[in-house]
Amino acid sequence: MSPRFEPITGRYLNLTLLGRPHRLYIEEAGQGIPLLCLHTAGSDGRQYRGLLNDKRITDNYRVIVFDMPWHGKSSPPEGYQNEEYKLTSRGYIQMILEIAGALELDKPVVMGCSIGGRIVLYLAHQHAKRFRAIIGLESAAHVAPYYDVEWLHRPDVHGGEVSAGVVSGLIAPTAPDNHRWETLWHYLQSGPGIFKGDLHFYKVDGDIRGKIDEIDGRASNLYLLTGEYDYSCTSEGTLDIAKRTGAEAQIMKGLGHFPMSEDPQKFISYLLPVLEKIRGAA
Amino acid sequence: MIERIPDLVNADANLVRRGRFLSTTFLMEIGNQGYLIKIIEGRIVSITPGPFVTPNYSFALRAPRDEWEMFWKKVPEPGHNDIFALFKRGKLTIEGDLHPFMANLLYIKDVLAAPRKEAKQ
Repeated sequence: MSPRFEPITGRYLNLTLLGRPHRLYIEEAGQGIPLLCLHTAGSDGRQYRGLLNDKRITDNYRVIVFDMPWHGKSSPPEGYQNEEYKLTSRGYIQMILEIAGALELDKPVVMGCSIGGRIVLYLAHQHAKRFRAIIGLESAAHVAPYYDVEWLHRPDVHGGEVSAGVVSGLIAPTAPDNHRWETLWHYLQSGPGIFKGDLHFYKVDGDIRGKIDEIDGRASNLYLLTGEYDYSCTSEGTLDIAKRTGAEAQIMKGLGHFPMSEDPQKFISYLLPVLEKIRGAA
Repeated sequence: MIERIPDLVNADANLVRRGRFLSTTFLMEIGNQGYLIKIIEGRIVSITPGPFVTPNYSFALRAPRDEWEMFWKKVPEPGHNDIFALFKRGKLTIEGDLHPFMANLLYIKDVLAAPRKEAKQ
C-alpha cells in the first residue's frame, strides 16, 4: 500500500519580519485564488487542517497557513530569551503584509479567527485595497478581560494545561470529540507565555471600537462568520460590526470560537458559499 | 444533581487520574444553598450541605440555581455551556485561593459538568 500522505506541503520560509530575521513554518494546498489563513491566539496553523484537505476548497483556492512566530513550528526570533512576548496591532498587521509580500501573493483573500478575526478588521480599515476579500471568523471589536491572564504563565501552573482549560468551553458542546481534543492539543502544546502574549493584543492593545464606523464593509468585501457558542467574541458583537460597516454576517449554529478546527465539516458548509461569492465577483 | 457528582466522578478512572494531584475542599453555592466539596487525590470524598459554622475552603463558586440547572442540561444552550461563559455574563462569581482551581482547570470543569452525563435533556 502506498503512503497515505495528505495533499499539504509544509515548508520553512526565511524572511525579515519587523526588521528581524525569522524562520517561519508555512503549509499550503490547492491552486487558484490565494487564501491566507490566520490562526487563533496561542495555537497554530493546524487549526486549518480541514480546509487544506478539502478538495471543494482547494480546487479553486490556494490555501496558505502560516504559524505565527513563536507558535507551532515557527521559531521565536533570535534573542527571545531576553524579552517578553507581546503581540501588538502594529506588529501583527506588519507581519501579515510582509508575509503576503514575501510569498508574492496577488490580491489574496485573508481569513482570520479570533485574534485573526480582530486583525482583519484592522486590515479592512487600513489596507483593504491589498486584499480581494476579507473574512473575519469570531470577530469582535473588543473583548474586556473576564479572568486574570497572569494565570497563563507562571511556574506553578502548567501553561499548556491552563490555556486549554481556559479555552475549552469556547468549543461548542456538539463538536465531535476527536476535533475538540485536537483543538485543545494545540493549546496544550503552546509555548510558555505565548497565549498570554497574544491576549495582550486581544484584550489590551487591539481595541478597534473607535474605528469600526470608518470601515467600508462593502468596498473591502468583508464577510463575518461567528459561532453561536462563542462567548468571547459574541454573536451580538459580530452583528454590531456588520450593521455599522455593511459587512455580510452569519451566525453559525452548533459552532463555537474555533469553527475551522472544532468541526471542520460544519464550518466548511458555512464557508463554501462565501468563497463561491468571492470567486464569482473576481 | 450535585449529590450525584461523587459517584459520577469516582466511577471515571480517567478523570480521577487527571485530578490525582488535587486535594482540596471548595465551596459551591447553588442559589442560597452552600455545599462543601472535598476532593482527595482526584476522588470526591464528600459533599456536605450547609448551613455552616466557620466553613473552611480554598475557593468558592457561586451562581443562582437556574444558572446551574441550565449549565447541567445535556446539551446546554449558548452562554450556559461553560463556567467561564457564566463568569463573562456576570452570573457566576469565584473568590478565594484560585491556585488549585486554575492549576486543575480542565479537571474541575469536568467535575462540575459531571451531572450532564445523566441529564435527560
